[in-house]
Amino acid sequence: MIFDPPILALLLAAAVSAVVAIAAALFAVRVLRHWDIRSGSALQIRLERRTYLVTTALKIVMVMQMAALALFVHNADRMAILFTGAMCALGTLNVNQWGMPAFLVQIGVFLTSAVWLLLNRADEMGRDYPFTRAKYAFLLLFAPLVVASAILQWLYFLNLDPNVITSCCSKLFTPEGSGLQADLSAMDPKLALIILFSGAGLLAALALFSSAGRWLHVMLGILGGLYFMLAIAAIISAIAPYIYETPNHHCPFCLLKPQYGFIGYLLYLPLFAATALMLGSGLLAALGAPKSLQQRLPAYQKRLNWSAAVLYLAFAGIALYTILRSHLILIG
Amino acid sequence: MRRWLSRQAHLIDFTLGALLRRKGRNLMMLAVYTLIIFMLASVTFLGSALRFEAKAALNYAPEVTVQNLIMGRHALSPPDWVKKLSRIRGARNIHGRLWGYFYDQAVGANYTLMVPPPRARDLAVNLGEVIIGHAIADLRKVRQGGYLFLLSPSGKLFKLKVIRILPEDSALLSADLVLISETDYRAFFNLTPEDGYTDIALTVRNSNEIPTVVNKITRILPTARVITREDILRTYENVFSWREGIVLAMLATALVAFAIFAFDKASGLSAEERREIGILKAVGWETSDVIAMKLWEGGLISAFAFIFGAAAAYAHVFLFDASLLAPVLKGWAVLYPDFSLTPVVDRLQLITLAFITIIPFTIATLVPVWKAAITDPDIVMR
Amino acid sequence: MIRLEHVTRIHNEGRPNAVVAVNDVSLEIPKERVTVLRGPSGSGKTTLLTLIGCLARPTQGRIWLDDELISALPERFMTEVRRRTFGFIFQRFNLIRGLSALENVMLPAYPTGESHAALKARAAALLERFGLKARMHEKSELLSGGEAQRVAIARALINDPAWIIADEPTASLDTALVDQFIEEMRALKKAGKSIIITSHDPRIWQADVVDRIVTMQDGHILSVEDVSARERAEEKEQNA
Repeated sequence: MIFDPPILALLLAAAVSAVVAIAAALFAVRVLRHWDIRSGSALQIRLERRTYLVTTALKIVMVMQMAALALFVHNADRMAILFTGAMCALGTLNVNQWGMPAFLVQIGVFLTSAVWLLLNRADEMGRDYPFTRAKYAFLLLFAPLVVASAILQWLYFLNLDPNVITSCCSKLFTPEGSGLQADLSAMDPKLALIILFSGAGLLAALALFSSAGRWLHVMLGILGGLYFMLAIAAIISAIAPYIYETPNHHCPFCLLKPQYGFIGYLLYLPLFAATALMLGSGLLAALGAPKSLQQRLPAYQKRLNWSAAVLYLAFAGIALYTILRSHLILIG
Repeated sequence: MRRWLSRQAHLIDFTLGALLRRKGRNLMMLAVYTLIIFMLASVTFLGSALRFEAKAALNYAPEVTVQNLIMGRHALSPPDWVKKLSRIRGARNIHGRLWGYFYDQAVGANYTLMVPPPRARDLAVNLGEVIIGHAIADLRKVRQGGYLFLLSPSGKLFKLKVIRILPEDSALLSADLVLISETDYRAFFNLTPEDGYTDIALTVRNSNEIPTVVNKITRILPTARVITREDILRTYENVFSWREGIVLAMLATALVAFAIFAFDKASGLSAEERREIGILKAVGWETSDVIAMKLWEGGLISAFAFIFGAAAAYAHVFLFDASLLAPVLKGWAVLYPDFSLTPVVDRLQLITLAFITIIPFTIATLVPVWKAAITDPDIVMR
Repeated sequence: MIRLEHVTRIHNEGRPNAVVAVNDVSLEIPKERVTVLRGPSGSGKTTLLTLIGCLARPTQGRIWLDDELISALPERFMTEVRRRTFGFIFQRFNLIRGLSALENVMLPAYPTGESHAALKARAAALLERFGLKARMHEKSELLSGGEAQRVAIARALINDPAWIIADEPTASLDTALVDQFIEEMRALKKAGKSIIITSHDPRIWQADVVDRIVTMQDGHILSVEDVSARERAEEKEQNA
């Protein structure tokens, strides 16, 4: 256990989030059982009033979780000096078996939070709160994720042993090695860049011009999720070497270091945001426009899509900038 | 989006007015909040400043130090160790170091006596000369060119010419330093050259080979303890983080008390305030507008408390030398008549501080805020 | 037009201290007319006003605003309807202390997110119309009774509502101010606003601006009198 202020802050945030998520899930069960928008009963009015509390608490928790993700990575990076062999966040995360899962679940919490917020926004536009059931059913999926994230973080931080010799990114992310990280690094940079740029362009174009089909829209959400993973792979195999200006360094975490001007945050932020928007828009399409939102929902989805398109283009633009700025030549 | 921004601007505008209208209560809240942040910020600022100082000092430390252990305790290293170590490939600048502590009864302070390493040319001293830390200079009221008189443990009086006084910048580790020549050092502590050295320092050409070199040393000198600079750095980081964490954990009690206080203040809605919320809702504010307004209220108080508290802590730690906390965190520093820390505050610390203070406050006030916001609008008509 | 169908409102429903404040009321309130709800205190007229004004939901029954069923809306949308449809003038005016006259008038429009400058200009113009240009930066508690009354009316008008709702507006006012209030209502009626007033002040229901008087007792409606029709009938008689 390392008794460090940022760790205390993260554990506090995790504990608070878990408590709120559990309380929200219990409330969600009540909503799913008793919610009846047409009823003017005292119970329905109490439920309605309580949704304000639950929604506000969840919004706060979600904002907190998004900040916690940044703090988590930043802190892991800083703690690298504590562990022999670690050079960036990745080494710290690999000190025990809980680090990487804690990080990935935290990303999951980020994306689901964002999607829930978008769904909530849509729900509050309709006079009969059309998505309330969907929204609270979704919470029943979200809450376990938050609790899992809290448990993983506690396990990870409690089991941080400074005597462990860990591996640094240059060992894990090498094409010669084995395992997922190695495979990601081994991806052909040319292919990676083609996927990254054409994917961003295609998604932006589809998001802008496909206002028509509902199922196409759902597909778009799925594509957004898929592209997220491909884009991360492309960053590892091609963009990272351009930023570090060495063909062998593939680490997706060192990008976040100050010596690279925090370019990683600039690169990841639009990608994460665009992905969340696409997933949210896709989910709304899957749920279909209820009667009370026949006009407003398509307009709202269009706004989400436009924002996503702009963010995808920004992501591609920043990626292109790192390549143009670099002195490295990967592709002849 | 513009409408949203404009609405938030209205809410902030209203909130500022509301805060000023209930000056007494809000100032009280702000004062307590600021105090909490001040305490927490002082601890984290001091912790990181000490860490920074220690690391700066370690820049001068050798990469590898070899100590002799007899019965598990640190003992003098035999002089032939230097020769033995020089056979290791990759090890360079091997030299025996002489350093120790000395209690000066005249002023009641501990000094660190040391022979400067051979490579530090700017710290070279000849027989009868001395370089001292500024704290000793102040304590003994000597200036450069003056003489420092030291009574050795065996009762001999040494008269040493002060050729230089070390500046204050890396104050923490050099303030009590007394650098004298090897001959003087051995005479002062009654050591013969056969007694050897306090420990032996060396550097390694390629830092990747440090583990290999350490391995070889332990093979050649089985009784030796080998310490690398990385080890010390890690230990420092650990010790400081740990102490900081302990102090923060103790302050957690204060934080809980503060959360309860905030909850209580937010729950105790006056009739006047309840009527005001009733009016706002009656004339067209929605429950979520009132919640947003109340959250802005909390946010503004948080922001002010954060700025004031962090600024006060900065002044406390870096201008007033953390006078309130120094005994806890410095531990060994009772000897230092004065030291000043290099002002270093990083983003991570500030974010951490914000997390630790703002989360409990916001969560504590959330339910009271909601309770206030669901006030029935028709109370204005009752 | 506002239409109430079998509207009941029970305070503290389900508890021992439950009170039936409004009991099975059906009523139509016409547009662009002045309707007065009359009755002793405890007759349920103020509760009925809160139901009409979307400040509370009926326990039973339905309320229609034109063709829109407003009694079943969730709170969020009820507020939305209230904000754009109704302007309120409360007993003792209920201005917020510590805020200036201008800020009090601007308050109901804050949630609409109108730009600050535009809103301020609109509020200032309203206050000017009510002859309060010189007093608009005065704190509301420092205004005289007459000034406070006009600020309250201006506040009710800031979102340009079709309906004005006034709850006992003339309680504790002297005759001059009552006359002033009646004149303001006359002007509003002329401008096409629909007005509902609760009052047990005879100076209000005897005023010639009133078109209809609804008398209430114990949560029921005792009578609905069409005063303008009566007057017209009287006038006809006199002319004949």
